[in-house]
Amino acid sequence: MLLLALDTATPAVTVALHDGTSVLASSNQVDARRHGELLLPAVDRVLAEAGTRLDAVTGVVVGVGPGPYTGLRVGLMTADTFGLALGVPVHGLCTLDALAYEAAGTDLGGPFVVATDARRKEVYWARYEDPRTRVTEPAVDRPADLAEAVAGLPAVGAGAALYPDAFPDVRGPEHVSAAALAALAAERLAAGAELLPPRPLYLRRPDAQVPKNYKVVTPK
Amino acid sequence: MADSAAARREEPLVLGIETSCDETGVGIVRGTTLLADAVASSVDEHARFGGVVPEVASRAHLEAMVPTIERALKEAGVTARDLDGVAVTAGPGLAGALLVGVSAAKAYAYALGKPLYGVNHLASHICVDQLEHGPLPEPTMALLVSGGHSSLLLSSDITSDVRPMGATIDDAAGEAFDKVARVLNLGFPGGPVIDRYAREGDPSAIAFPRGLTGPRDAPYDFSFSGLKTAVARWIEAKRAAGEEVPVRDVAASFQEAVVDVLTRKAVRVCKDEGVDHLMIGGGVAANSRLRALAQERCEAAGIRLRVPRPKLCTDNGAMVAALGAEMVARNRAASAWDLSADSSLPVTESHVPGHGHHEGHDHVHEVSKENLYS
Ligand SMILES: [Zn+2]
Repeated sequence: MLLLALDTATPAVTVALHDGTSVLASSNQVDARRHGELLLPAVDRVLAEAGTRLDAVTGVVVGVGPGPYTGLRVGLMTADTFGLALGVPVHGLCTLDALAYEAAGTDLGGPFVVATDARRKEVYWARYEDPRTRVTEPAVDRPADLAEAVAGLPAVGAGAALYPDAFPDVRGPEHVSAAALAALAAERLAAGAELLPPRPLYLRRPDAQVPKNYKVVTPK
Repeated sequence: MADSAAARREEPLVLGIETSCDETGVGIVRGTTLLADAVASSVDEHARFGGVVPEVASRAHLEAMVPTIERALKEAGVTARDLDGVAVTAGPGLAGALLVGVSAAKAYAYALGKPLYGVNHLASHICVDQLEHGPLPEPTMALLVSGGHSSLLLSSDITSDVRPMGATIDDAAGEAFDKVARVLNLGFPGGPVIDRYAREGDPSAIAFPRGLTGPRDAPYDFSFSGLKTAVARWIEAKRAAGEEVPVRDVAASFQEAVVDVLTRKAVRVCKDEGVDHLMIGGGVAANSRLRALAQERCEAAGIRLRVPRPKLCTDNGAMVAALGAEMVARNRAASAWDLSADSSLPVTESHVPGHGHHEGHDHVHEVSKENLYS
């Protein structure tokens, strides 16, 4: 197995290569505005560092978000097209799950919450029983509205760090890494679990204003 | 820059991807021969908004891309391995929409080990005529009219020399069609439906204004905002008076005002520059009255008119492939893997070459990163 993992659902542009046992190479950059520019050179670097080529990859795993749309689509479109060109399967994995999995090395001592920045004063979030077990569907909400749902829970992720009132106890990694995404995907695939289809979790409808119509209906 | 010492590479096989607006286009050409032109449009999803909603378009591009590439390959009867390059619209256009196509093209080219060409959408609209009428005469004057642009461009080499002669100072011609159609409750997009109604109307029924045609006005620039407002006011006055709006006459008179100015200025710039070929491209080039009046005026002025068939005039992947093939044929530098979408890519940049291959311009790609991630 040679899994190429990538995630652009958050400000992190992250790529990793995993052989089913361990991470062979990875790249982590944080730049919320340059996903499109950074992703492919990062893939190229990671492959070179691992001494291999893209056509040796046997599968692609991509973070499906939730995340701000424009950046999110860069990773998904790249993964989709790699899959098409290489004829290999493309798997999706919730970006929040990868961040939770990455927090396994942190002493969380029980349930916790993962939150990423959804902009517009909102966070994408979910609750976890442990780093492998999500117990709520990913959602987008204003932090103030979450007080009850996340009360007393430690929080992981840059979205939590932005809102100390709602998330007073922030721990663990700030950003998702494709190394965690790849490791979690490899673990789930080895266990025979189904991953998600590589389709985006937008969680919001597109912004669109329906223009005011003229009241008079002209006869056709 | 002149062609390099290397000989022209004949008949390169190139796949082109276009996502600057609401059409997901994938085309395949061999030199100047069209092999496939697959388009998936999200136009129906925008209809109720009366205009293209960028986020709706971007979402649709992501869903449509892989099936559209597959369809184009099948239609062309070629395999991806045989391609000599992958071209993509790098700009101008809707930032988020462009980025979907650029991401796909980069990943596809990289995975296949083929060179990548990030090209200019406007130059592609001109170059597509090679698929219909053979190699472009050099120089060629181009009138590009669509919902996003209204420009007069002079090109002596479509891969490296495109000069803006004039452009709209406010609305694009296609936008004016959409807005007038909306005021008339004819739906979106406005171009085809106005054209249809206008055929049964009197183009001289109402004297709508011709923008920027005064003696002191910029000779090759356009303005359609005043016309649009004049049409809306005229209709509203009719309605306020409780009279029925003569839809066909309004459509015909409005359309005549637009195409009169477009063709008059296009012919004038050709004469002033001594250029004897005019091509018309962009979605509005499908307009029947524009085609007829342009033909009439070009003939009178001794100018050869070239207008591709309507399907090649609207946004599509074939036009991008056509320009990509010309880049390969003329040995232009491929783009780098960090190619980014540039929503306001200047028309003078026919393509975005990789680092160290800039051809005499120093435009810095720092434009519009803000709205990329809004
Ligand atoms: Zn166009």
